[in-house]
Amino acid sequence: MKNDVVAPTRLTDMEHLDLRRISIVDGDLHLGALATMAEVAAHPEIIREWPVISQALLLSASPQVRNMGTMGGNLLQRTRCGYFRDVGFNCNKRLPGSGCPALLGDNRDLAIFGGSPQCIATHPSDLPVALMALDALLVLVALDGGTRRVPLAQFYRLPGTAPDIETVLQPGEMISKVVVPSGPHARNSVYVKVRDRTSFAFALVASAVCLAVTDGVIRDVRIVLGGVGPMPWRLPEVEASLRGRRVDPEVVATAAAKAGDGATATRFNKFKIELARRTVLRALQTVAS
Amino acid sequence: MIVGQSTDRLDGRLKVTGRARYAAEVKPPNMVHAVLVQSTVAAGNVAGIDATAAQTMPGVLRIITSANAEKLNLTGAKVLQSMLQNNDIFYNGQHVAIVVAVTLQQAQAAASRVRVRYTPTHAATMMDAALNQATLPTNFRDGKVEPDTRTGNPQAAMATAPVRIEQTYTTPIEHHNPMEAHATIASWDRDRLTVWTATQGISGAQESLASLFGLAKANVVVICPFVGGGFGCKGQTWPPTALAAMAARSVNRPVKLEVTRQQMFTSNGYRPRTVQSLKLAANQDGKLLAVQHDSLTQTSRPEVGEFAEPSGLAARMLYACPNIATSHRVVGINQGLPTFMRGPGEASGMFALESAMDELAVQLRMDPLALRLANYASEDATSGKPYASKGLRECYAKGAAAFGWQKRDAAPGSMRDGRVLIGLGMATATYPTVRMAASAQVRMMPDGTVLVRSGTQDIGTGTYTIMAQIAADELGLPLGRVRVELGDSRLPPAPISGGSMTTASVLPAVHAAAIQLRHRLLTLALAQAPAAWGTPAVKDLRLQDGLIVGPGGQVSAGDVVARQNVPFIDATVDIAPNAASKDFSCHAFGAQFAEVRIDPDLRTVKISRWVGAYDCGRVINPQTARSQLIGGIVFGIGMALMEETRVDAATGRTINANISEYLVPVNADIPVIETIFVEAPDLVTTELGVKGIGELPMVGVAAAIANAIYHATGTRVRDLPIRLDNLLA
Ligand SMILES: Cc1cc2nc3c(=O)[nH]c(=O)nc-3n(C[C@H](O)[C@H](O)[C@H](O)COP(=O)(O)OP(=O)(O)OC[C@H]3O[C@@H](n4cnc5c(N)ncnc54)[C@H](O)[C@@H]3O)c2cc1C
Ligand code: SF4
Repeated sequence: MKNDVVAPTRLTDMEHLDLRRISIVDGDLHLGALATMAEVAAHPEIIREWPVISQALLLSASPQVRNMGTMGGNLLQRTRCGYFRDVGFNCNKRLPGSGCPALLGDNRDLAIFGGSPQCIATHPSDLPVALMALDALLVLVALDGGTRRVPLAQFYRLPGTAPDIETVLQPGEMISKVVVPSGPHARNSVYVKVRDRTSFAFALVASAVCLAVTDGVIRDVRIVLGGVGPMPWRLPEVEASLRGRRVDPEVVATAAAKAGDGATATRFNKFKIELARRTVLRALQTVAS
Repeated sequence: MIVGQSTDRLDGRLKVTGRARYAAEVKPPNMVHAVLVQSTVAAGNVAGIDATAAQTMPGVLRIITSANAEKLNLTGAKVLQSMLQNNDIFYNGQHVAIVVAVTLQQAQAAASRVRVRYTPTHAATMMDAALNQATLPTNFRDGKVEPDTRTGNPQAAMATAPVRIEQTYTTPIEHHNPMEAHATIASWDRDRLTVWTATQGISGAQESLASLFGLAKANVVVICPFVGGGFGCKGQTWPPTALAAMAARSVNRPVKLEVTRQQMFTSNGYRPRTVQSLKLAANQDGKLLAVQHDSLTQTSRPEVGEFAEPSGLAARMLYACPNIATSHRVVGINQGLPTFMRGPGEASGMFALESAMDELAVQLRMDPLALRLANYASEDATSGKPYASKGLRECYAKGAAAFGWQKRDAAPGSMRDGRVLIGLGMATATYPTVRMAASAQVRMMPDGTVLVRSGTQDIGTGTYTIMAQIAADELGLPLGRVRVELGDSRLPPAPISGGSMTTASVLPAVHAAAIQLRHRLLTLALAQAPAAWGTPAVKDLRLQDGLIVGPGGQVSAGDVVARQNVPFIDATVDIAPNAASKDFSCHAFGAQFAEVRIDPDLRTVKISRWVGAYDCGRVINPQTARSQLIGGIVFGIGMALMEETRVDAATGRTINANISEYLVPVNADIPVIETIFVEAPDLVTTELGVKGIGELPMVGVAAAIANAIYHATGTRVRDLPIRLDNLLA
């Protein structure tokens, strides 16, 4: 709004809504949409049972921003694509049909997965990357009070030919809650974030990995990349190549080497493909040890 | 002696309690707000501006475009565009209109509704695509220094030398991004103009505004008691200052114009991109046979103005070498006018020179520090002049000892902590000692306190504090009884706070004025003395703790003033640089030592240790001086690893014009920094022995880091900033 990217004529204040609660119901974590990033990151049970959430949040933004930022707001943070945030540029996401100058411009920060000829923006948030690895669900409330549950994996839309439409949220609909299942994979999870400075920077590439191992055999594994696509980018093939295998440095390395498969780079972001492999490897090594 | 002691800065409490009033915080009655509208094309002209919608919005008082802008006198102006004097567009982000409204929000809202139509023409937006159009600067260093120099015959020496290095190094566009944005509040009283503005040079601002508006200098008052960082971008007077005054006159009310963070990227200069070719030739023993440093630097189109980054000056004087050639060429493109940025020339040039020296050391299998010592200069190799003072050898020795340089294993990749790669790198720092004419006034008040006054600026460096220290010592007072006034053009004039010259320029004036005042007070004390004092001479008296003490008795200095029945007694001195300094090569020096730790897989670079030893002449206040050193090193770390203004080639518009995407280091990026003072007083430039401190500590930082990264990884990166993209292969 400050950058004139959007100019709404009406704003709704959500502050007074009772949506700030963090609770555990039947083993599932329920995060109210207005719970702050700081509160969630510091929650002892989250640190124990869903460490990837806490880590992703603590590696986000700055303490001041985390004190203000909310679950709902972070899930819906818009892209940091520099063209999008400056009305002096054309941009299909901001002004449909005006073109995508990033495709042939400075695209170092932009997507290697999921982009389209219309838009290669990335989703900048860390939290959704962790939530995607945990198979989280969103509870959405419509204007008439009706609710529906949408898996996070189906919440974001790829840009395709309409990069201005980013989620399945309908007009008047809002996020009220995030529901996160628990399990051994959630307990053994990690978030690795690679960026241009040590703190207060968005991810070049990030990875959330959850791993459940019994008797040295991988029972459950989820691998998601952040900073590389218009939504958190899950790597089902890499997961499949690990499931049922023994945890072994060789196996892990071979799997991680596939993390860049299917990526399409533009001029300045080729490095992200190799970085994605190495980030996944680091995350896998961390949870496997 | 208070000089030489660490003391808290006098303005520290005001600043941390929010009581220091910066330009944007002044609120004259009736003040209204101006917002700039900037172009979105890089070349062509404004075909028309539709302001009808904006004009009728609430609170809007005036919309100024080239059609109704006051005509300014541009003779002698440094920036010739962006003041609404014509319809030409030479860069993206050029000012094309001003919206004045009662509140800031009204002005912003209306500004976003101003519709500008352009007739665009082809724009050369990127320097690298126009290198073949490089030209000789027309006014290099205001004509005081040659753009090209040659001693001996570098080419011939190069041809036969046993060892050669020939490489190209680049540095990107960088923006100063001080915390305090540019802000001006302008207020007219008939033909008298008062501006509160964020500037490093109130005298310069007064002169420019007087000239632009055709006023007598005395009719322009410029006030700036505090500056929230400048780093060069508040050095000259940029168009927004004049536009604020223009707007104020047009609505006949005080106007505040605060440039937005995004607009800061096209309103007040930047460090230009450089493409530097560096050739070194040496004997097997490391003795340099030839140095050739050819710099190409970006500038604006000639219609806007010219600035040439003097990247090659350090190569002229740093090392002993019989054959040295340097050259400077500018590449004029459709970008705004660049300007000085902390360590202008030296910071960019020494990245190239000190990286090349490291490459030479590698090729020679010689220790990089030993290579520097083998070429240690005892006189300026280009001018042939002796150095006024030079403590560089001691900087190398003390820095190396504190850092543990001798434990370095030269083989790249050989030093590790577990799997983490460790790299150690070093580089030399140098920066000229500059002094300009300055004046100051010192007053003794009847209550025994002293007021020091000079029209200089404190850009956060500690100028208030050291001015008080000098006066306190000379007048025998504790620091708490000295007040300082600066930052007002009605005070005795002083030069711009830039080029690290404030201390060397202003302190001698304060010192001389204090000496005169002291003499005046002692003389008066003698004249007033009771018979019991006998007949001592001035030399028999001393000033101590506010008392004038003589062999026959004592009297408080304040009482001497009170008995004269005057509001104060003062002395004013206007003092020019020492003529003898022309015969010397005057520089500060330093040695930078960096340790980096690099993740072996992810290739993220962490600076883990820093030691810097600096010959910055006599140190007046170690605490404020150390702050400058730390700040400079941090600035250099940003230059090495992060800072880059990213321009979209198609439009010439910046894509990271904000401080969330234009990265500078955060605390977590900065290691413990050890600084060592090597005080080799320069008694030629000033009798106080001071040199400049502000810029020196960032010179060589980027090279030390690049050299350390090479040492850790075996990868040589010659283009700043060095990011993991460069190291992943
Ligand atoms: C300098 C900076 C650096 C940052 N770095 C990072 C980082 O490294 N990693 C990271 O993950 N984030 C980062 N952020 C983002 C930050 O953490 C916040 O998530 C973000 O600013 C959103 O803040 P908010 O919760 O106040 O949302 P708002 O700004 O209030 O909302 C954002 C959008 O979501 C909508 N919205 C909010 N809540 C709901 C809801 N319940 N239902 C429907 N719509 C809703 C709003 O209408 C708005 O469109 C950074 C932000 C800044 C400014
Ligand atoms: S990548 Fe998307 S957001 Fe960025 S400029 Fe292109 S369309 Fe706009």
